[in-house]
Amino acid sequence: MIALFLVLGLTGIACAYRAIAGRHILSSAIYLACVSAVLAMMLYLLGTPQVAVIELSVGAGLVTVLLVWAISMTGDDALDARPMLPRPLAAAAVLLTAVLLFGMAASVLARDIIAEAAPLSHMLWAARRLDVWVQIILIFAGVLGVLGLLAEAERPAKAPQLAETSGRAPVEIPPVTAASLTADEPEGQVAGKEVRP
Amino acid sequence: MTPLTIGFMTVLGLLGIALYGLLITRDLIKVVIALQLLVKAAVLALVLAGRAAGQLALSQSLAATVIVADTMVAVVGLALAIQIQRRFGSLDVSTISTLRG
Repeated sequence: MIALFLVLGLTGIACAYRAIAGRHILSSAIYLACVSAVLAMMLYLLGTPQVAVIELSVGAGLVTVLLVWAISMTGDDALDARPMLPRPLAAAAVLLTAVLLFGMAASVLARDIIAEAAPLSHMLWAARRLDVWVQIILIFAGVLGVLGLLAEAERPAKAPQLAETSGRAPVEIPPVTAASLTADEPEGQVAGKEVRP
Repeated sequence: MTPLTIGFMTVLGLLGIALYGLLITRDLIKVVIALQLLVKAAVLALVLAGRAAGQLALSQSLAATVIVADTMVAVVGLALAIQIQRRFGSLDVSTISTLRG
């Protein structure tokens, strides 16, 4: 089992590296699904089959479908190789974080307690009932948020139609810049246009 | 070497790679992918902590909560990315900023 755990751990890290270092978004999404699958196997071997199933179905299934859908909407262009931060600086920050985390958890690593199998259903519905309600509300809020976000694509198409039906030309609103806010407007003018009372 | 040690090394590896990806990537969808990796590392760490503390059921319930919350973050993040692509024509985080000094 130790050997299998080691193989799974190394495979997960390799897939995660390919997900981040890949030049194409679609291949990164597929490697992320592989990480989810490997993680689900590790969770099952650790004695948490319910979380393993959730991780496999949600992580490797739902999230991958969402990523592929988003990539199809935006286009799978080759990524720009220029990094946001210098790579040595990013690597140093990551190394520092890893050292700090290892130092905090080193004392716990020596032991391996196997707990008695407790029913997850009792824990979820009795002890963590608030968590379950928060998850339900979160799911509904997320769905409504996505529907609202994606529905905005239809609103700009309706604005010219309103101008056509009202018979008036649409009013051009000049962009607000720092110069327009600080400049003194001549009397009777707003944003460079004459205003009649 | 125990499963706990191997699992913790995996957590460190996933965390480090995801954090590195967040620091260097320019693409919004890649940011979502890096966040997903971060949360997977956190889920594994939660389960390992539950195993070490002898409270596996509690860590399972917390891990399930984290997975659900993270999925909603990914869903909303991807919807935002699609909207940004429609308005700005690009997913590069350095070109979509409208703040002017």
